[in-house]
Amino acid sequence: MHFLQQATPETTQYMIAGYAVIFGVLALYLVSLIVRSRNLKRDMEVLQELEAAEAASDSKKQAG
Amino acid sequence: MDTKPRLLTILDIITGVLFAIAVGMVFFYAPLEATMGEVQRVFYFHVSSAWVGSLGFAVALVAGILYLVKGDRKWDVVEVAAVEISLVFFFITIASGYIWSALAWHMTVWQAMEPRLATAAIVELVYAAYMLLRQGIEDPDRRARFGAIYVILGFVTVPLTFLSIRLLRSIHPVLFGPGSPNAQGDMAMTSEMYTTFFFSLFVFSVLFVDLLWHRIRLGRLASQVEQLRLKVTH
Repeated sequence: MHFLQQATPETTQYMIAGYAVIFGVLALYLVSLIVRSRNLKRDMEVLQELEAAEAASDSKKQAG
Repeated sequence: MDTKPRLLTILDIITGVLFAIAVGMVFFYAPLEATMGEVQRVFYFHVSSAWVGSLGFAVALVAGILYLVKGDRKWDVVEVAAVEISLVFFFITIASGYIWSALAWHMTVWQAMEPRLATAAIVELVYAAYMLLRQGIEDPDRRARFGAIYVILGFVTVPLTFLSIRLLRSIHPVLFGPGSPNAQGDMAMTSEMYTTFFFSLFVFSVLFVDLLWHRIRLGRLASQVEQLRLKVTH
């Protein structure tokens, strides 16, 4: 009764779509973490420079 | 700014290697499933993503409780990190599950009004709202207190997704324990499939720890920048 057995359906496209979503979203999140980290480090550097400039300005005022 | 710990670099490498092995197992070790074909391979990372999502919300719950008890804002940083990662993985779960169901159940799940999808969507929206509402609170202590209470209450929605297919009529397969008497279909798996499945769960758990560590470091840096900004601008 072999002709009554159902063949395994061809569903490769759905698998590709599923894994495209999984890998795509994971990759986007990793990129987001990297970009946010880079931006925060840049902000930190700028703020530290501002803080140093403020401290130098304050000490000049006190000396003068 | 603190430098990246050596242990975290080692964990990154281990996570990458384990993930590559898991992908290899999914595509080359696990056999082809007879009734659904290749799309069944989505199952391994679909369930693993759901596991990580739920785990993250549980970590957020614990962090929220610890913040309310101890008042230390480091727990708020952990809480936000865990929620953010879980949102990503729960989204992956919902999207991959939808793709699989469109074929396996021959209908959109919206048509099927499936309890698992409905409860998962509720969880996703509840925690997405958490992230949005936090941004509207300027004072860090108030924000942390609000966040802690929110994640404790919000966690009620998480076990509902697990129980939904066991208590309600559903076409979603039940993997563990008895299902609803109204459930349809089964998930007969070979030993290779079980090995791939449990290994994927393990790898995603390691991935969660790795991402959590990175996200906590990012949160700490953001806190430092916020404090320095307040200091410099006042």
